[in-house]
Amino acid sequence: MDGYYAFMLVATALVLMMTVPALALFYGGMTRSRSVLNMMMMSYGAFGIGAIVFVLWGWSMGWGGAGNGQLIGNPFEMFGLSGVSWHSTADGTGSPYVGVLFQLTFATITAALISGAIADRVKFSSWMVFVPLWLTLCYFPIAHNTWGGGFIYSHLSQQDYAGGTVVHINAGIAGGVLALIIGRRRNWPKEPMKPHNLTLTMAGAGLLWFGWYGFNVGSVVLAGDTAEASTAQFMSETGFTFMNTTLATCAAMLGWLLVERLMHGKATSLGAASGIVAGLVAITPACGAVGLAGAIAIGAITGAVCAWAVGLKFKFGLDDSLDVVGVHLVGGLLGTILIGFFSTDVAPGGVNGLFYGGGFESLINQTGAALFTMVWTGVFTAIIAYAIKFTIGWRVSEDEEVEGIDYNEHGESAYELAGRGGRMTTAAAPTPSRPSAESLDLEGAK
Amino acid sequence: MKLVTAIIKPHQLDEVKEALEAFGIQGMTISEAQGYGRQRGHSEVYRGAEYTVDFVPKTRLEVLVDDMDATSVVDVVLKAAQTGRIGDGKVWVTPVEEVARVRTGERGVEAI
Repeated sequence: MDGYYAFMLVATALVLMMTVPALALFYGGMTRSRSVLNMMMMSYGAFGIGAIVFVLWGWSMGWGGAGNGQLIGNPFEMFGLSGVSWHSTADGTGSPYVGVLFQLTFATITAALISGAIADRVKFSSWMVFVPLWLTLCYFPIAHNTWGGGFIYSHLSQQDYAGGTVVHINAGIAGGVLALIIGRRRNWPKEPMKPHNLTLTMAGAGLLWFGWYGFNVGSVVLAGDTAEASTAQFMSETGFTFMNTTLATCAAMLGWLLVERLMHGKATSLGAASGIVAGLVAITPACGAVGLAGAIAIGAITGAVCAWAVGLKFKFGLDDSLDVVGVHLVGGLLGTILIGFFSTDVAPGGVNGLFYGGGFESLINQTGAALFTMVWTGVFTAIIAYAIKFTIGWRVSEDEEVEGIDYNEHGESAYELAGRGGRMTTAAAPTPSRPSAESLDLEGAK
Repeated sequence: MKLVTAIIKPHQLDEVKEALEAFGIQGMTISEAQGYGRQRGHSEVYRGAEYTVDFVPKTRLEVLVDDMDATSVVDVVLKAAQTGRIGDGKVWVTPVEEVARVRTGERGVEAI
């Protein structure tokens, strides 16, 4: 079916857009004005390095040895995509390259999501070392377990269409562990560190929502269809998933705003943006599992609970700067576990949950998969975090953190309004009469 | 009455503010500033070209005080702002002729 291939190409590009620029904008607006470029660079950097390692050994670790029931795949089985056909597999199902690319965009956005928990204080070089290590020890194994025929896939028939466990619980627990090990920003929480530009955040949330149609609908199509699937099957799956994704997101935004209004007196734009993301997170695993009523219920519950949960970090003293735990871990857990209640065989997944006469089986499977992900990723993230902490180190110096990580890590500032005086001393100056470096007494300038 | 003006490193602001509050100062004004003193600026390379940068980000802090408090307030700022490294800043005191509180119209020391 040509439509399958065309749709997967579009879906892949949509998910790419979720990391660059949607997540970069969403997070960038939430940081302080002196850290926005660094925050955005963490997303762009994660995509760059994540895509390369995904092709080198990620696909092999995640999707190698299909159906072997093991905890991890062999990284050398299809190293550098060796043996992966770019046109179609032997049995004519789909196009491997577009499938690889689609999964690649998931791995990179998951790594990028973590960056929100450690905003404003981490050396860019340490982040770029962390991303490939984390993908290798946490993302590829969990993806293998859930989607690549690994241990969970063989032992627990959980439903996770687009990554409630693989993406959101995974990134959420990793963000929490990193924030704990790396430590708080200087003066947090004494000094209010409010978002510097919520228009960026609102635009980012909207772009994430747009991209999420590729994320959710593409996942259901990739898992359920083959190149020979009928048009009727394709239409029912895509329609269901589009509809669920929309309804849950709207309900979550409203739920978040309502709780905010009742608890704090005002409905905020940051609340709307966060509610959108919380709803998208929760419907991610459930988009092919629940009906329309289930989607609205999951969205509303998640929006309301997350609106309350993002305040907990102040009680625990955990500087999860942009609420990766409060939105992605809490939202991912809710979406994953609520499937056990709201799953219905009307949806493409065809499984009945507790509320539809299916008993506790689905709930047990969903909870088991969520716990497995939290324990695995919690342990391995801690190992990586300590390894970096005691070798190259995580933090920029206190001076650099307060004066602005953008300028000190990247030599730039996002809003160059006043300039900093001075003049150019080498290169690019076209006139032969330009002053030499010696004449400017650079030694004295230092 | 005196106006104590301090140019300090931005990351020392919190310490200075707390030290002044502990001393009993009830209000202050701060602004972001750029400048250089004896330290001068520094040189840096960006996109293939080398620049000298003169102005370094600083925080400017202003406090109105009674005459007899001026010396002590300078000491408090010095103690809290000092890191011993180049670029710690400066503090100076200037005489103030008149101060008025806008809301009540109080004048002089009462308005501080």
